[in-house]
This record gives sequence, C-alpha cells and structure tokens, in this order.
Amino acid sequence: MSSSEDDSLVEDYYKKLKQEAEISGYHLNSDEEFTKELLSSILVNQQRYGYGACPCRLASGKNEEDLDLICPCDYRDPDLDEYGACYCGLYVSGEILRGEKKLRSIPERRPTLEERKENAGQFSDIGISASALPFPVWRCRVCGYLCARDEPPEVCPICKVGKERFERFL
Amino acid sequence: MKLEHVNGEKKGEILLFALSTCGWCKKTRLLLEELGVDYDYVYVDLTEGDERNEVIENLKKWNTSLSFPTLVLNNDKSIVGFDKASIEEELG
Ligand code: SF4
Repeated sequence: MSSSEDDSLVEDYYKKLKQEAEISGYHLNSDEEFTKELLSSILVNQQRYGYGACPCRLASGKNEEDLDLICPCDYRDPDLDEYGACYCGLYVSGEILRGEKKLRSIPERRPTLEERKENAGQFSDIGISASALPFPVWRCRVCGYLCARDEPPEVCPICKVGKERFERFL
Repeated sequence: MKLEHVNGEKKGEILLFALSTCGWCKKTRLLLEELGVDYDYVYVDLTEGDERNEVIENLKKWNTSLSFPTLVLNNDKSIVGFDKASIEEELG
C-alpha cells in the first residue's frame, strides 16, 4: 500500500470517528497530528492482529484475550471521568478540549491477565433472579448503555462497538 | 534482547521499553532526542516468541503493569509513562 493511500484511509477514519464521537457526546483530541498518528496505528494493529487493538498497549494477538482493548477500549470512559482523557490521549473530555485542563500521560487501568480472568462474569451471580424479568438486561462494557431485549444489539447505538462487547447485566 | 541504539551524550545507561504504535512512547523518544542523550530502546510490539518473553520478564522487574513507555535509568530506577518533568529532572 502506498503512503498516500494510507493517508487517505487515515483521513476517512478520522472524519468518521470524529463525527460519531461528537454525535454521542465524546471528543477526539484536537491535536490533529497526534490523533491521526494514533488512528494510523490502530489501522496497523487491525492489519497485524485482525482487530484494532489499543495502540498504547501490548496486544496478545488473541482476539478473545483482547476484547477489552479494542478501540474504544473498556477503560476509556472511566479514564475520561477520572483524568479527562483515555489512556492513549485519543479521546478527551470537554474540559481538556476547551483547554481548561492539560492533557497528560495517565496510569494504566487495565487489570493484569490474571485479574481479568478472575473478574470475568462478575455480574452472573448478582442476587436478582434473572428469570423473574420478562427480558434479560444487557450492558455495553464500553459506555454502560443498557437495554432489555433477548439479545444485545448488533452495534451499540451509543458508542458503536459490536455485540461481542456486551455482557449480561441482569 | 535486541536493542536499538541512539547516539548522544552519555548520561548513564538509559533503556526505553516502548511500542512502535504508541503516541506517548513517541513523545518520550522525541524528548530523549531533544535532550540529546545516548539511549537504547526496544519496540516490544515488534518482538516475537522467546524474544518477547525475555523482554517482558525484563520489563516486569521495573513495571509490573507492563505499560509503555517505561524508561529505565542505570538499571536502578524507572519512569513509567510520558512524565516530562521527571525525565527532564533526571536527564536534563
Ligand atoms: S479509547 Fe483510547 S485508550 Fe482506549 S483503545 Fe482507544 S485509543 Fe487506546
């Protein structure tokens, strides 16, 4: 692939992502050069691993082990809440966008592989009897969107991640 | 562990664990180059198999969360993340 083709892929990705982000109340980092480099790295990961792993974390190469760090990762929203930016600095809060707070490198929130295995299925043993509900409730791991229906939606209507990023909540 | 070397002013043994795709890692390299220091780096995402395991074991000693960038100074202390102030304080 020539680099001008690469550039136009990144440009398209940037436009689409920026539009999607703004519609749902998220913001991309306004440092366009930095942001586009991250997007270009996500495309590199997409080619390399078959999924768009977070560019600032070491991917395992195994999709099922890395579902939590396919961009947007499961840690974006808690990091936006706590630090005003995602780990890579691709997404930022309104405060950072308006220049009221400075963007900086933040600590890693992703649990280790062992911790992730332990946490898996944490909602499966909550006290409410799921069978008492007319529908199961699904939660988007990325943005927290909840819906009560037989199956999670194909694409999260809020943050646009795929069905595989949902977990049974109730 | 295969290291890439960048020539500069010798300010001790400086080793950077980085990812070729990461924005903060890039900023760290640019800062090191701005400071003009001599350093080694390894792009961990470009390693494979046994070499990957060796690099990870090494990195674990400095940073158990295995995050990037991790900068190791003189085999003695580490700076995790793009912490401009700490890097400048140590190497400026
Ligand atoms: S949301 Fe930010 S931290 Fe999470 S995967 Fe995407 S770029 Fe990385």
